[in-house]
Amino acid sequence: MSSDLRELYQEVILDHSKNPRNFRVLKEANHKAEGYNPLCGDRLTVYIQMEGEVIKDIGFQGSGCAISKASTSLMTAQVKGKTQREAEELFGHFHQMLAGEKGKTFDKAKLGKLTVLSGVSDFPVRVKCATLPWHTLRAGLEGSAQPVSTESFSTEWTAG
Amino acid sequence: MRKKEKTISFAVEKVRKDFPVLGLKVHGKPLVYLDNAATTQKPQAVIDAVSRYYSAENANIHRGIYYLSEQATDAYEVARSKVRNFINATFPQEIVFVRGTTEGINLVAQSFGRAFIKEGDEILISAMEHHSNIVPWQILAGQTGAKLRVVPINDRGELEFEEFEKLITRKTKLVSIAHVSNALGTVNPVKRIVEAAHAQNIPVLVDGAQAAPHLKVDVQDLDCDFYALSGHKMVGPTGIGVLYGRRDWLERMPPYQGGGDMISSVTFEKTTFNKIPYKFEAGTPHIAGVIGLGAAIDYLTQIGMEKIRDYENELLQYGTKVLEGIPGLRLIGTARQKASVLSFVLGEIHAHDIGTILDRNGVAIRAGHHCAMPVMERFGVPATARASLAFYNTKEEIDILARSLHQVLEVFK
Repeated sequence: MSSDLRELYQEVILDHSKNPRNFRVLKEANHKAEGYNPLCGDRLTVYIQMEGEVIKDIGFQGSGCAISKASTSLMTAQVKGKTQREAEELFGHFHQMLAGEKGKTFDKAKLGKLTVLSGVSDFPVRVKCATLPWHTLRAGLEGSAQPVSTESFSTEWTAG
Repeated sequence: MRKKEKTISFAVEKVRKDFPVLGLKVHGKPLVYLDNAATTQKPQAVIDAVSRYYSAENANIHRGIYYLSEQATDAYEVARSKVRNFINATFPQEIVFVRGTTEGINLVAQSFGRAFIKEGDEILISAMEHHSNIVPWQILAGQTGAKLRVVPINDRGELEFEEFEKLITRKTKLVSIAHVSNALGTVNPVKRIVEAAHAQNIPVLVDGAQAAPHLKVDVQDLDCDFYALSGHKMVGPTGIGVLYGRRDWLERMPPYQGGGDMISSVTFEKTTFNKIPYKFEAGTPHIAGVIGLGAAIDYLTQIGMEKIRDYENELLQYGTKVLEGIPGLRLIGTARQKASVLSFVLGEIHAHDIGTILDRNGVAIRAGHHCAMPVMERFGVPATARASLAFYNTKEEIDILARSLHQVLEVFK
């Protein structure tokens, strides 16, 4: 098997996809958002309990590929106890690690365990699987009612 | 005497040489292209025909009175005759060039639909349709107040014919059905469907996108009223397809789009529409595509559709046997009459993870809902992995698929 496949489907990722952490409906949730990639069939709901600025608790439900499930599981473990701003910042580094511009760096220390997903950057079509939970989290925190997707070609207008 | 296994003689290695893409390496491995239901590869003869048109024949058609335009017009109309022969239409005028099956169905929905379908009428489709044979009817239903009715399918993925007969009522104004299902591979009994519908004077449209590349299509034998197909799924170019329509229908139907070529005369007060098929071919058509499609038909005809069908059947049976031997693999779509498609789920492993690992072995399959979300729902799966075969595939390629699937199991054990 090729080394990039081994890197992509390493133990930690397979473990998180088979036994996802925080895989539950959060009754105390005061924020909630849905992420859905219809072409893939990845679908997840993120439940967030905010206490002031802090993500006190977080849970999720859904089904999807190993990458999206593991990424969601890892995300929930990482953002619990962090402020909304810290979570946003973490997403920035995470995104940079997977699909960032050449030359720009990301903070490995800050990403911690999330770096196990760095192998996804060798599989451009799978980046959307790994970022779906983060976009969903952001939508939840911002109170967006529309389901989030990361597979549309035209979610953002970019000039030049 | 040793009992010989029955195999069909088919010069697949010779055929493969006609397709430049099949020589590619992907991630350092020979390409194993098993996504033919999405689109087929192109033989050199088709690539050359398109290239020759642009480099030596390019001119607009049906207008110039100069040499080059006459040449282009001839080539375009010769291709129309080739299509007529290929599907055995009665007249070349019954062949309308469109962008693909999707546009063919939309043409019927908007032209036939808005002329002959009213509030309270019903359009009958099946539970195995591609989105392109669902959504145009929903749009029409929204415009007219007509209703969409859906014939259920059984656990094998076969049409429930008795339910179909029950759903045909006085309200039914059109039946629209896939000849071969893209997600399941089911071959529908189109002739019986047409017979039953015609007994009540209901016309039938057949979505032939997945059938035309695999079986001999004879629209007179099927006796259908409309038949739509796509060039790119039968070794031809993208962006070109065919709508066959029976002359009496096409003549009674209003135009689909307005523009050049589809008119006889225009004043600001009144426009007279052109004869069929030109009435439905507004604007400069995809001339290169039409010529390429003609070359594709020549290529397929030279091999012979019966030979193609026999060889692909053998591949399909072999593939079915091999895949059924993989632990935890469940085939989705096990109709007794099937063509080309091996759709499956593998334990709890998501189709996209299968697709990624296969891709690293050079194996191209489709993973997802195959533009048939209601089919996925019917079988209770979010997505399937789908290997779809063409006559240039080999048993060795199916073996590579199987080995790669074992590797998937290894990763997720």
